[in-house]
Amino acid sequence: MLSIKNLHASIEDKEILKGINLEVKAGEVHAIMGPNGAGKSTLSSIIAGNENYTVTDGEILLEGEDISELAPEERAHKGVFLSFQYPVEIPGVSVTNFMKTAINESRKARGQEDMPANEMLKLIREKSELLEIDRKFLSRSLNEGFSGGEKKRNEIFQMAMLEPKLAILDETDSGLDIDALRIVANGVNKLKSKDNAVIVITHYQRLLEYIVPDFVHVLHDGKIVKSGGKELALELEEKGYDWLKA
Amino acid sequence: MSKYTEDDLKIELENKEYEYGFYTDIESETFPIGLNEEIVRAISLKKEEPQWMTDWRIEAFRAWQEMIEPEWANVHYEKPDFQAISYYSAPKAVDPNKTLDDVDPDLLEMYKKLGISIDEQKMMNNVAMDIVVDSVSVATTFKKTLGEKGIIFCPISEAIKEHPELVQKYLGTVVPQRDNFYAALNSAVFSDGSFCYIPKGVRCPMELSTYFRINQAGTGQFERTLLIADEGSYVSYLEGCTAPSRDENQLHAAVVELIALDNAEIKYSTVQNWYPGNKEGKGGVYNFVTKRGLCEKNAKISWTQVETGSAVTWKYPSCILKGDNSIGEFYSIAVTNNFQQADTGTKMIHIGKNTKSTIISKGISAGKSHNSYRGLVRVGAGADNARNFSQCDSLLMGNNCSANTFPYIESKNTSAKIEHEATTSKIGEDQVFYCNQRGIPTEKAIALIVNGFSKEVLNKLPMEFAVEAQKLLEISLEGSVG
Repeated sequence: MLSIKNLHASIEDKEILKGINLEVKAGEVHAIMGPNGAGKSTLSSIIAGNENYTVTDGEILLEGEDISELAPEERAHKGVFLSFQYPVEIPGVSVTNFMKTAINESRKARGQEDMPANEMLKLIREKSELLEIDRKFLSRSLNEGFSGGEKKRNEIFQMAMLEPKLAILDETDSGLDIDALRIVANGVNKLKSKDNAVIVITHYQRLLEYIVPDFVHVLHDGKIVKSGGKELALELEEKGYDWLKA
Repeated sequence: MSKYTEDDLKIELENKEYEYGFYTDIESETFPIGLNEEIVRAISLKKEEPQWMTDWRIEAFRAWQEMIEPEWANVHYEKPDFQAISYYSAPKAVDPNKTLDDVDPDLLEMYKKLGISIDEQKMMNNVAMDIVVDSVSVATTFKKTLGEKGIIFCPISEAIKEHPELVQKYLGTVVPQRDNFYAALNSAVFSDGSFCYIPKGVRCPMELSTYFRINQAGTGQFERTLLIADEGSYVSYLEGCTAPSRDENQLHAAVVELIALDNAEIKYSTVQNWYPGNKEGKGGVYNFVTKRGLCEKNAKISWTQVETGSAVTWKYPSCILKGDNSIGEFYSIAVTNNFQQADTGTKMIHIGKNTKSTIISKGISAGKSHNSYRGLVRVGAGADNARNFSQCDSLLMGNNCSANTFPYIESKNTSAKIEHEATTSKIGEDQVFYCNQRGIPTEKAIALIVNGFSKEVLNKLPMEFAVEAQKLLEISLEGSVG
């Protein structure tokens, strides 16, 4: 699914990623953990195509195709989804309208017609039920006045609607209380299949109790310094990150 | 594959021609250029007007000669040479009895290009069209349906002849001849425009619309609209404009007068898309418009405007809230791009008791444009419990444009409540990236963000106009993120 080789990236001449190698196969869940400033969010932004960062070396392959030169929307059309740590507000644009636009733009890119309205409504109904989202919520302006929990749940709702091949959840657990966390995690678990892959970026082991990873990677100073199974997360919880920094 | 960047997008869009920039060759009869009393008389004669109308024009012309062009607006342009303009131009051989089938095929073709084919409009059958092309109305439809209700909807030139009592009673009562420089000019030389009268207690069963279009090169257009809603009546009126591309600046100085008698309501919506000039700021329409409405007791007037065109816009649709409990509303979206300049807003004059006004203004500036909101809220000494709420929001794109807000508030009554809110924001890269990540390309993302920003005003437009307006916003702002 995703293959990252020797990825180096910088922002304003400051190197953030210093040679990342990562292999994610369809059907897998990978967790990326690490202390603040390790480059976790940078990695997710770069995979999604944020042009504020410059890739100086290496490559990002999605299903064998190098996507590192593609515009962010083209990557999205190929099935890359990023659940943002801080989703932005777009006043006056309802969640429904936003999703309708997003879905139809992706369809257009694939040479398909707009999704018929009845199909769209059915999809919205189905996915909002899956994530226990009140339908009234969907007519509100995107992220405007949303609580932290609502914002994250909305991100996962969008993921459900867009059905990506590769979903990156950037600190999806931050700002969530335990109930919201459970709903979000259940949603992700329901969306998981043998054909897609999930990368969970998190600080804490907490989320990983609900979304159980197949692999855990520790990112430190722009490099993956340790990889292991899900038990590595527990070990980190116990020992912290310092023992890996040495 | 190399990346398609914003710069590429910009270049592509700058090369996009003005979508409605074409020219239809209709044989016209055009007066020689220049303006003097003789020309004014000739216009009146040409239109077979009664003596009182000729006198009224002459009075206006004499007043205009004494006046000077206003300079207080936040716009800079080369003043038009009023002696270099022809003041009358009419498509030849207009037969008042002819039906749409007889209309010049070139004209019909033109409407098609504009996406307003009359056939379609007819079939939609909720919109009666009184089309003004170059000064003379060439087609009127739905007269019958309206006639059954006693509604008069016709070219003002016709109204002057057939309903002189109404025209004489109301013309110039809201915008007097000497109101301002451009209004005086318009009063002297107005070519045509629409007249509308809704009788007592009648609810106009359809949206009334007029499409204006400047066509002949170098011909100034001076529309005059007079709309009277008698006691307890209701009307919704739509006005939309597009204009063909021209090198020299074209002057447009219209006057619109609305009269809402006791308990009447008028909704007046405009989509303005005159040629804005090219990307270097060359050419484009000068749009100096005076629009004003008078509300009697319990009456209501709503102005809704979407302004995307013109090189220079100077326009303040206003309400005089004379009657007790009357209501004035102003909803506006003004978009400027490239070198466009707009100074627009409203005046709400509270005279009666318990009068209310609402102002929602959304200014969007891109390119190197200047966009100003200028509004006056005046509460007279007798206007007990007057209320006003104003909200002026500006959205900036890039770093080379400007947005200004000039709110004037004058209150002579201590019971008045006036609220004013203003915000300025910029389209953020993070907003665009968020949309991109969901598969929405930058251009579409901007359209989405702008539509969201303008939603409160777009929602006030009648359905068919709202769609057109959204499209216009997209066209006007393409490639303008910086």
